[in-house]
Amino acid sequence: MSVGSASWSFTEEDFGAITHTLQKFLFDSNARCALLVDRSGQLVATVGEQPNFDPTAFATLTAADFSANDQLARLIGETDFNSLFHQGEKESMYLADVARRVILVTLFDNRTTLGLVRLKMKETVGELTRLFEAVFSRGTSGHPQQPHLLAGADDEIDQLFS
Amino acid sequence: MSMINYASREINCKIVYYGSGLGGKTTNLEIIYGKVKPDTRGKLISLATETERTLFFDFLPVDLGTIRGFKTRFHLYTVPGQVYYNASRKLILKGVDGIVFVADSQIERMEANQEAMQNLYDNMAEYGYDLTKMPFVLQYNKRDLPNAAPLADMQAALNPGWEVTDEAKQRVTPDPFHPGENLIEQLPTGEWIERATYFEAVAVTGDGVFDTLKAVSKLVLKALA
Repeated sequence: MSVGSASWSFTEEDFGAITHTLQKFLFDSNARCALLVDRSGQLVATVGEQPNFDPTAFATLTAADFSANDQLARLIGETDFNSLFHQGEKESMYLADVARRVILVTLFDNRTTLGLVRLKMKETVGELTRLFEAVFSRGTSGHPQQPHLLAGADDEIDQLFS
Repeated sequence: MSMINYASREINCKIVYYGSGLGGKTTNLEIIYGKVKPDTRGKLISLATETERTLFFDFLPVDLGTIRGFKTRFHLYTVPGQVYYNASRKLILKGVDGIVFVADSQIERMEANQEAMQNLYDNMAEYGYDLTKMPFVLQYNKRDLPNAAPLADMQAALNPGWEVTDEAKQRVTPDPFHPGENLIEQLPTGEWIERATYFEAVAVTGDGVFDTLKAVSKLVLKALA
């Protein structure tokens, strides 16, 4: 299955390591909230102040925003834009690519500065890239030696739709 | 690109509704949004023009139940039907796990359907995805209209079948949704072909909408199993 090879999964340990990295980043940068979104639009993690919007919708629009900008980059002769900045009156957001598969979105307000967020984000992206590369190289199986979660679940799947 | 989150115990999959303009893709999502329980779906997001033509995509997340303690979350997307927006159509296909092709049954839309199907193959190929190897379902919409083409014509034009070269797959496989019909069969010429399963629908009234969704979701989960 060609699509299967592009699938991925992550364990609670991965999640713990990712969360820890993001918490440190929020502490250092004084930003409000960090979200990780996969390029196909699925929310991977949220750390910091819980956002008061629909995070699923937010994740989808983020991925679309990033993809559209990638295409714009190509039109002007760049391969991609690896970060995007959207400035609001009070709230702003900074988006950065992680390992070409995930997007780190940081929400911040006037308690910090764009410069500090950008600086700290660069280090964080490096760390997350290492973490995610390990996750992707492992594929869909939660643990390297175990079969897929849904292996042999055909009957259960049939029941779900009966 | 399905994503399994062991921390939140969720399986996330992406399904894209593809097809020519005004064929009923957005209507499918609206009907699903209106009929599923509010606690099992998220917001319906529509990036549309002022005249309600889809500009970028429509999006609806739905939960279809639990398997092995994992919540199955399906992210449903539509693409813009108008060829003018091909760049955004292509973006939506990124990471897709299953495709529903919504065809407009009206005879005068046959050419537009075929163009959209060709465009789907081309866009998938650009990502290196092979449509014949992934969960794929056709929906023949607007079956209630007087100018709807006969089912056999729709099948011949949009779902003629692709060649099965893998000998292990060359055995008659019945279509679970249409008794008496086969998904994989041998032609009188000796060639083995496989077709995608299809559903007849009248999306505005909801007929066939859930049958289509259930079939493609099931295929997606089985592809993971």
